Amino acid sequence: MAKDTNSTHNEFEKAEHKQEMQHQVISFVMMIIFTIAAFALVVSDVSKYFTIPIILLLAVVQVVFQLYYFMHMKNKDHEMPALMIYGGIAVAFMTILTFTTIIWW
Amino acid sequence: MSTAVAQKKGFGAFMWDYLTTVDHKKIAHLYLVAGGLFFLLGGLEAMIIRIQLIKPDNEFISAGLYNEMITMHGTTMIFLAAMPLLFALMNAVVPLQIGARDVAFPFLNSLGFWLFFFGGLILNFSWFMGGAPDAGWTAYAPLSTTSPTHGVDFYVMGLQISGAGTLIGGINFLVTIVNMRAPGMSYMRMPLFTWTVFVTSTLILFAFPALTVGLFLMMFDRMFGSVFFDVASGGNVIIWEHLFWIFGHPEVYILILPVFGVFSEVFSTFSKKRLFGYSAMVFATVLIGFLGFMVWAHHMFTTGMGPVANSIFAVTTMAIAVPTGIKIFNWLFTMWGGTIRMTTAMLWSVAFIPTFTIGGMTGVMLAAAAADYQYHDTYFVVAHFHYVIVGGVVFGIFAALHYWWPKMFGKVLNEKLGKWAFWPFFIGFHLTFFIQHFLGLMGMPRRYWKFLDGQGLDTGNLISTIGAFFMALGVIIFLWNVIYTAMKEPKASADPFDGRTLEWSIPSPPPFYNFKQTPLVRGLDALWIEKSEGKKAMTPAEPLGDIHMPYGSIIPFVMSFGLFIAGFGFIYQVDNPVWLSLVFIGMGITLGSMFVRSVKDDLGYHIHKEDLEKGDGQV
Repeated sequence: MAKDTNSTHNEFEKAEHKQEMQHQVISFVMMIIFTIAAFALVVSDVSKYFTIPIILLLAVVQVVFQLYYFMHMKNKDHEMPALMIYGGIAVAFMTILTFTTIIWW
Repeated sequence: MSTAVAQKKGFGAFMWDYLTTVDHKKIAHLYLVAGGLFFLLGGLEAMIIRIQLIKPDNEFISAGLYNEMITMHGTTMIFLAAMPLLFALMNAVVPLQIGARDVAFPFLNSLGFWLFFFGGLILNFSWFMGGAPDAGWTAYAPLSTTSPTHGVDFYVMGLQISGAGTLIGGINFLVTIVNMRAPGMSYMRMPLFTWTVFVTSTLILFAFPALTVGLFLMMFDRMFGSVFFDVASGGNVIIWEHLFWIFGHPEVYILILPVFGVFSEVFSTFSKKRLFGYSAMVFATVLIGFLGFMVWAHHMFTTGMGPVANSIFAVTTMAIAVPTGIKIFNWLFTMWGGTIRMTTAMLWSVAFIPTFTIGGMTGVMLAAAAADYQYHDTYFVVAHFHYVIVGGVVFGIFAALHYWWPKMFGKVLNEKLGKWAFWPFFIGFHLTFFIQHFLGLMGMPRRYWKFLDGQGLDTGNLISTIGAFFMALGVIIFLWNVIYTAMKEPKASADPFDGRTLEWSIPSPPPFYNFKQTPLVRGLDALWIEKSEGKKAMTPAEPLGDIHMPYGSIIPFVMSFGLFIAGFGFIYQVDNPVWLSLVFIGMGITLGSMFVRSVKDDLGYHIHKEDLEKGDGQV
């Protein structure tokens, strides 16, 4: 498709790709740093009441990076998958909350 | 393609055509025929139950067989009759309503059907192989885990396989509706049936995994010696109840939402008015879908969850009456001041409103947790869910069949016979189930094989059984109508009911590529807008060009057949490890056909522009 169009269009696409690549590399590096930080927290002698929430937080951020940068959810036309994911998370969260707070079993 | 044309090709070619089809219109026929047969089977089981209860202390069938009857009646009606009949409607109508040439994944569509079909076969083979499942359609542990015959194993395998088919179907429709709408059809211009199918598919996507997990746990408990539901070894039977109802409650909304869409289409068409409060209807549909996940524990008020859980679930359950009430009033206002035509489809829809409202009202009564201790497991509950499922889903399916029959088969169902089928069914339905409210309040428990003389239950049960015979009569007249229409009625026009949506802009039945040119949608009720501006047809959104079509394939059939064989292997390997060979053969067939599908390119073919121009010249 891109071949048919004129050269300015090609340059625009190239710049787009470059930026995209930059985003991916940055998020990749960030994820490695987060993973190392998580391991370091576990290995070092920090209270587990500090470690566990931090690790969970890092995990959530990593999932967001994964979805938005590597699986292209930040791009256009991904509103419906996003809605589905957040809807599913909301329902699952409510269900787990119900089990852990009000249901005796 | 009508049966008349197909029969010229010979019976073998006709069969092969349907075994390999990936055309959504033919898959709709398959769903309709298979679902219809299972509906008759489930109806037969219902008649046997009612005959057993015709008089006190009856000995028509044995207690064990009675348990199998009630279990198979419920399971068959929900999973093998109502679900596939709704899938028949979705397949027949949704691609046409959104101006698409097929669903997003035609191959998966076929796979979904064959998985459902073979799952249903496994379940019903149990009758001939040592006894059907007998633990109720809910299969509560430990009753189900300790049931001595293979019956519950058939339940587990059959539902697992057909459930996979349903999940595939749900995902397919989600993708179809998100991606394949004609140019100009925004979400708020979709016909309401498409909207309800969309929400239903979302519910399928989120609810069926809970059933899958539950069935796997049950399968491992029964076949491989795990103890998830074995209290003596630290398991917990309540987990099954939760998993089943986390699936089971959304399931009843999966059943009812599409027929809400049907009624919206029917009321609007036969009142010659646009649907009253379209956006409120969409909002109510989405809200019902969302709330449907927050109410499952109202099936378990007497399990002992404690007063806090019971109160919260009572409130969320009652909250569902609000969006449902919005819908009821919108339908009434749609009819208000309209030019009403009392066709058979309209008759079923009008009858639905009071019937379903009674069912909803008893639903709110049951939602009151404290009162539920009195109603629980009595005929009051039986009456309630038959009022919503028969009075809602079955009435809706009949309305939809009368409405869309010309689009599916090219002929309008005979109106006179249609009304003749309606009245015995409608009267019989209320005779059967209205009295059951009172039987329940008098203390008659559900699922009991017998009741005794002198407890004031005789007359009520007799009336109930007489009603069941009226319902059977109605179904027989409907079947006669189908045959009569196929033999005697003339071919229908493209738009016999003066319709409003896109499916009425193409011939009945549509050509296999549906739309020669994708239509341009300029608003809600797309065809009606064109009609009101004096145009006869939709404005095309594209020039006439080649149409890309998929090839048919036998692989979905073979893939499902493999799982069918493996299912028997899983069930019988408990008795003798030799049966494991069936598991390997079956899984080999399935995985082998998956491999073939993966490595073989199937690029489809094109219908050329010139051939389209030579065609019948229709839009």
